[in-house]
Amino acid sequence: MSLSLSLEDLSSPAGQPSTIIEVRKLVKRFGLKTVLRGVDFRVQHGEFVALLGPNGAGKTTFLRILASLSRPALGEVLIAGYRLPVQAASVRRILGVVSHQPLLYGDLTAEENLYFYGRMYGVEGFKGRAAEVLELVGLTLRRRDLVRTFSRGMQQRLAIGRAVLHDPEVLLLDEPHTGLDQDACAMLDRVLGEVATRGRTVVMTSHDLARAADLASRFDVLSRGVIVASAGRAEVPPDQLLSFYRRAINGKGGVA
Amino acid sequence: MKDDLQALKRPVYASQNSRFAYLRALGAIVWKDLAAELRSRELLSAMLVFALLVILIFNFALELDAKARANVTSGVLWVTFAFAGTLGLNRSMSQEKDRGCLDGLLLAPVDRSAIYFGKALGNLIFMMVVEIIVLPVYSALYNINLFHPGLILVILLGSIGYVAVGTLLASMAVQTRTRDILLPILLFPVVIPVFIAAVKASSGFLQSIPMDEIVPWLNLLIVYDVVFTALAFMVFDYIVEE
Repeated sequence: MSLSLSLEDLSSPAGQPSTIIEVRKLVKRFGLKTVLRGVDFRVQHGEFVALLGPNGAGKTTFLRILASLSRPALGEVLIAGYRLPVQAASVRRILGVVSHQPLLYGDLTAEENLYFYGRMYGVEGFKGRAAEVLELVGLTLRRRDLVRTFSRGMQQRLAIGRAVLHDPEVLLLDEPHTGLDQDACAMLDRVLGEVATRGRTVVMTSHDLARAADLASRFDVLSRGVIVASAGRAEVPPDQLLSFYRRAINGKGGVA
Repeated sequence: MKDDLQALKRPVYASQNSRFAYLRALGAIVWKDLAAELRSRELLSAMLVFALLVILIFNFALELDAKARANVTSGVLWVTFAFAGTLGLNRSMSQEKDRGCLDGLLLAPVDRSAIYFGKALGNLIFMMVVEIIVLPVYSALYNINLFHPGLILVILLGSIGYVAVGTLLASMAVQTRTRDILLPILLFPVVIPVFIAAVKASSGFLQSIPMDEIVPWLNLLIVYDVVFTALAFMVFDYIVEE
């Protein structure tokens, strides 16, 4: 099966071709604490959504549910027409995830890590593909070095390479710029820009409003477990994103 | 770094055969565990040193004549394997959890039981390596011949049962803060049938007891292995998901 899937390839009776992510009334609880309180969220195919919000708003929990790593208490999650958690394996095939941790093995080299994930995702010709991805993230010269000798920024670069290794249809990024130096941030921005121009869908959490303003086509604000504001790039110009964000988290609303 | 970002423009293909994908993922996990262990030698060296210390301590603590040695051998061996195995199981899963790699495994588009079987097979290989080294050392220290095909079969069956349930419980314990002490507390009561059967069958082979008396213990080991492997196959997905 091609991993360069068109939406028609992915559509199923449960989904609509133009909507790739649909979340309805999502609730997540950890014990007595309710982290997500009925989130409604919809992403169109090819959109680049910046999910903004203060610490503890539930952004990471929300992304973990989309990534099928966490099971919601209530609500519905459909990705490319596949329903979570029932069709999780089909969803995982089209997802690339960059989380807070690089998900890499310190006792393997950079290329061995990519070989491993290439096998796990069933990437044909994974060795050649790994070489291309290492070139993309600027780690070709360090490909045979153990990952435990890498700096945080280099590990994050490799984590981004791991996430795009199987050319996913949807990229979920949890604060991907954390720990990266300026060059690495520029590299990541170029990769994400290219991903977006190829019609891939990106959902990225971030505290960096300037970078979100540069990259995203839509801004959603998650606060106290609900989406409190949502606006497209046309409605919120980059220089007004900060005031939009502040109004949203202070409960004064945003462009819905 | 490529300016034209060609790597993102190249289509990538995956196999359609789900059974092949399952085996490929399972093999990848075993390969990864062995490759990482060959580099670090953290897990095997800890298990091996611990196992050798246990049989040395028993050797000095118990001053036994030939008959008594034959009687206690199977018990000492299985206590050694159990304690060393617990070290390995704990370390194997905590390596995944501490580096966040468990999420990386769980994100792979394969049935999650492939992750369980991959980890279990890796743990079984490590345990067998320790056993292969411990047996001749024990033979030399206690002056007992342990190279009996029946005993090797019992060790294999016992190790499979121990690793099958141990990998499952280690996956559960690793999610908690008290995982180091929680695993043996959870594991040892559940593997008591394996220990009883393995010790009885091992003693039977070492003391040349008639096969009729050994077979029920072998059957118990086989049933236990099948039941707990099937159980792990069914529940692993629920154990690792938040």
